[in-house]
Amino acid sequence: MIRLLALLALLFALPAEAGPEEVVAGLSRDNIGITAAFNGSEVLIYGAVKRDAPEPGGAPLAVIVTLEGPAHPVTVRRKSRAFGIWVNTDKVRVAAAPSYYAVATTGPVAEILSPETDVTQRITVPLAVRAFAGPIEVTDARPFTEALLRIREEEGVYSLDEGAVRLVEDTLFRADFRLPANLTEGDYKTRIFLLRDGKVVDRYQTAIYVRRVGLERWLYILSRQHAAIYGAMSLALAVFAGWAAAALFRLIRS
Amino acid sequence: MQIYLPIAEVSVNAFLLLGLGGIVGLLSGLFGVGGGFLITPLLFFIGIPPSVAVATGANQVVASSVSGVLAQFKRKAVDVPMGVVLLLGGILGSALGIWVFNRLTKLGQIDLVVQLAYVLFLGSIGLLMLQEAVRAIRRARRPGARAHVKRHQHNWVHKLPLKMKFRASGLYISVIPPALVGMAVGVLAAIMGVGGGFIMVPAMIYLLGMPTKVVIGTSLFQILFVSAFTTLMHAITNQSVDVMLALLLIIGGVIGAQVGSQLGGRLKAEQLRILLALLVIAVAAKLGLDLLIRPAELFSLFAGARG
Repeated sequence: MIRLLALLALLFALPAEAGPEEVVAGLSRDNIGITAAFNGSEVLIYGAVKRDAPEPGGAPLAVIVTLEGPAHPVTVRRKSRAFGIWVNTDKVRVAAAPSYYAVATTGPVAEILSPETDVTQRITVPLAVRAFAGPIEVTDARPFTEALLRIREEEGVYSLDEGAVRLVEDTLFRADFRLPANLTEGDYKTRIFLLRDGKVVDRYQTAIYVRRVGLERWLYILSRQHAAIYGAMSLALAVFAGWAAAALFRLIRS
Repeated sequence: MQIYLPIAEVSVNAFLLLGLGGIVGLLSGLFGVGGGFLITPLLFFIGIPPSVAVATGANQVVASSVSGVLAQFKRKAVDVPMGVVLLLGGILGSALGIWVFNRLTKLGQIDLVVQLAYVLFLGSIGLLMLQEAVRAIRRARRPGARAHVKRHQHNWVHKLPLKMKFRASGLYISVIPPALVGMAVGVLAAIMGVGGGFIMVPAMIYLLGMPTKVVIGTSLFQILFVSAFTTLMHAITNQSVDVMLALLLIIGGVIGAQVGSQLGGRLKAEQLRILLALLVIAVAAKLGLDLLIRPAELFSLFAGARG
């Protein structure tokens, strides 16, 4: 069923005004189940360039693949010194920042992507972070968004990997992504851009569905929908474990 | 072995969590403190979201205090009537503390208040306990000199009404001071997200004049019920209790608590107090330095619309 949907999505994703070059792509997996033993996941995104005519000359072909996790609002706080101690003094609220954002390209972004295209398609990492929420309380918000990007890059959830997309014979390409272990549930938007001369020739979009499965899913749903039962269960577990340990140690001693 | 925590939404090493629970359980059995003042900052440190760390920490405290209380009951070291009086005060204080907590959150300075409370209370209690314990050891070492017990001092406390006999503690005092102690601990516990044993244990010894042998069991008794109440409230209102995280901490914790209460029976009271004092001072000093030293990263991120 999911495969069928993916196939349908693939068919509909093909732009109506198909140019001389089109992307045909697939994913090594279109859904990821988060189990208790989940420790990150490898995703291979592969595809080919379909042509009706011989390859046009001039600017070389480039491919950019992006993978974007579900977005959430984020508050960025800055500490400064007040009364001799370091305290949070200013804050900026960002309306939506993706929980994960990875960009892989065939070459240096500066050479293969024009700034205008980047702005309209929102491709590079800084453009993935959306506008501010509410009135801005600080005079210069830029250090705050820079900090957001810097901290997330250090955590390994935002990344730009130039040269990670391998393009063979200007036709076949593949990109490997390593999704981190602390993945948020949701739809991971996957985009593939075919570029020539800094401009988009064709694009393709699909999604990877990341969901909790098994025990993880059961616990999560219980905690949201039957909070009192979940709380009582947690308590019962704690009391039982405490009693069992005491009884066990008494047994060992006697 | 990595394990994905369903509520915290992070993947953590299972053995790290077992070890963490074990250390905290050991302290719980040794000193009669819930260990919340250690487990909550430690969970922050390994990357658990703060709300989940606070709520799950409370659940872990339930398990280790059940284990500890049972061990203490065996040694007849729980003053149940005293525990009930402390508990009633504690629940009242906890409700008041939650109200204060919500006011401070609205003002946006809860982090700072919590950190300052830690430094202030842990620091002063730690220093007081250290001073007292060192003095007691010096007295014991001097031959001929006898430690004078100040427990049966008569002051204004003994003039209060509602007197009650606390047989296990050997006290005949008004219920007002223990109820107030329980309440003060409840307020601080709710604001600081801890069980409050580290405040209650010295208060019971120095303010109420309870004998050290029943202090640990009785404080664990009170902590057990207050933290059970807290866990349930967190699970219902914030949905932030991670049962998978709790289970791993608990398995480590209950074993630690048993080992700790065995060790506690063998160590001298003064040595125990010096150890607890040093531990409390170390945590306070670490938090104090964090406030004074310029942090490497001035910015911090908070996911979610609030904050």
